Amino acid sequence: MDKSATLTQPVSAYDHAEGPDDAPLTLVEYGDYQCPYCGAAYPVVKRLQKTLGKKLRFVFRNFPLTQVHPYALIAAEATEAAALQGRFWEMHDLLFEEQTLLKPETIPLWAKKIGLNLEQFESDIKQGTVEKRIKEDRQSGIRSGVNGTPTFFVNGTRYDGSPDYNSLLAALESELDRGT
Amino acid sequence: MTALKPGVQAPDFSLSTTPDQKVSLSEFLGRPVVLVFYPADWSPVCSDQLALYNELKPEFSEFDAQIIGISVDGVWCHLAFSKDRKLHIPLLADFEPKGAVARQYGVYREKEGEAERALFVIDADGVIRWSYVSPVGINPGADGILKALESMAKSKKTGSI
Repeated sequence: MDKSATLTQPVSAYDHAEGPDDAPLTLVEYGDYQCPYCGAAYPVVKRLQKTLGKKLRFVFRNFPLTQVHPYALIAAEATEAAALQGRFWEMHDLLFEEQTLLKPETIPLWAKKIGLNLEQFESDIKQGTVEKRIKEDRQSGIRSGVNGTPTFFVNGTRYDGSPDYNSLLAALESELDRGT
Repeated sequence: MTALKPGVQAPDFSLSTTPDQKVSLSEFLGRPVVLVFYPADWSPVCSDQLALYNELKPEFSEFDAQIIGISVDGVWCHLAFSKDRKLHIPLLADFEPKGAVARQYGVYREKEGEAERALFVIDADGVIRWSYVSPVGINPGADGILKALESMAKSKKTGSI
């Protein structure tokens, strides 16, 4: 069987990352905020972060499936606009926690909830400032072999196992063992 | 059974896409074609292979490539599936004789009675330039397809084959 796909765009300071830059494990997720499977993966990632602590760096890159999820793009734009105000993760978390309420109308309310400058937030989205970033992540995702959402990469290699906690943890831990 | 390899002329076929429409491979001579064989409609994920390629239509259009899905499902199943997933890719019914076209391409799984999850990139002259059979449980994504289309476009430009 062929080797699994690999990340073509290495993780850099440009990425949205949680955890130490020099962590032995990097988990990259290409995700869509309206995708129920990404919604299910959200608590799994949180749990992995809790279990692995400083050993794990988690990176999220936007990959909205615009054809099948009508609100995915506006949600992705909301996170990138929040990022411009230094609040990417608050928006990311809120979108997944309140996934069932995702609608274009709720987004400004959430922006306000996390304390964003609403005028700047809306302007950044309207002007297309964040569009470029999302397009870049889409391209890097396509090239890296993203095959749906969520697509996970463990230390740069696409993870093709089940996205449940135990399977992901096993994959991450075995990667740790390989490294030592 | 092994999938047809690059360099081989892609076998022509004519399959139904809706109850009253047929699609032939030869219709697309003059532009690249991406054939996506897959086991069955209705896999339980919102981002299955076809939904992904549907999402990436703009990227495929850059190469003027026509993407076509083929499974052994019948036309009514395809219609319902397309509607549900909002697909804008023609889905062909390799229904009768069952799996005949998949067999021609060397990608029919006899025991299961379904096509493999296989990709063929065919050039404007109808020659297969890249093929790939994915483990049936793994969605191969689009990177291989795009690489093949790019290298075809590049060699067309330089005049080499």
